[in-house]
Amino acid sequence: MPAETRVGINSAADIVTARQKGRELALQLGFESLDATLVAAAISEVSRNIVEYAKRGEIILQPSANGSHQGLCVVARDNGPGIADVAQALRYGHSTSRGLGVGLPGAKLLMDEFDIVSKLGEGTTITMRKWLH
Amino acid sequence: MRVPILKQYDYLVASVQSVLSDEELLLLRDDLADRVGQHRSKGVIVDVTALDLIDSFATRTLRAITHMLKLRGAETVIVGIQPEVAFAMVQLGLTLEGTGTALDLEEGLAYLDRHFNRKLYHAG
Repeated sequence: MPAETRVGINSAADIVTARQKGRELALQLGFESLDATLVAAAISEVSRNIVEYAKRGEIILQPSANGSHQGLCVVARDNGPGIADVAQALRYGHSTSRGLGVGLPGAKLLMDEFDIVSKLGEGTTITMRKWLH
Repeated sequence: MRVPILKQYDYLVASVQSVLSDEELLLLRDDLADRVGQHRSKGVIVDVTALDLIDSFATRTLRAITHMLKLRGAETVIVGIQPEVAFAMVQLGLTLEGTGTALDLEEGLAYLDRHFNRKLYHAG
């Protein structure tokens, strides 16, 4: 079982590293190439959210298991300003920056599980999983 | 890495060679806007075969490139979007509205020739 991988997100260049590591781990865990691409896309969106709003944070990639289910878990964590209205942030097409408003709702669409905990002034933690089918 | 931009008659061909960071994508946008003026180019092909992913930022930037170049008088066509990349874009609901797309470089050249109603490259 591959160990967990941590990628510090301090600039936009780290987004590429995080999603490449995520794709690698997904392939190692037995995901098909197409699903590994979807995982990479989800990581790209949550990482960009960190750069855009919190400036820095980290992505933690690890294998995940739930009973007979095997999969991959991605945690995106930052100590940024937090999200005032999480429901709104997860609405497709809504953006408080110049973006397309696709990032977080898009990542949620790509993964099987998506959980977000955010506290104003303390930061945001997104935990998302994709299971091998 | 800076994306090489080749001039072919009054077309420009930008061949993305590797995965691009946000900064490199923005640099490509600015380079193309300059080069279109410098060479008085009418058509631009952006070959993204090497991209392993086109996420929301890349989509937004490719759309911006098309719109900027249109304002500079040039038609843009994006070529080489890989099947898995296209699938992820569809899942994310990302579209390249207003941007021409074609399968590969050859089809991109044919697309521009059709657009300008001439046969610089378009065989048959």
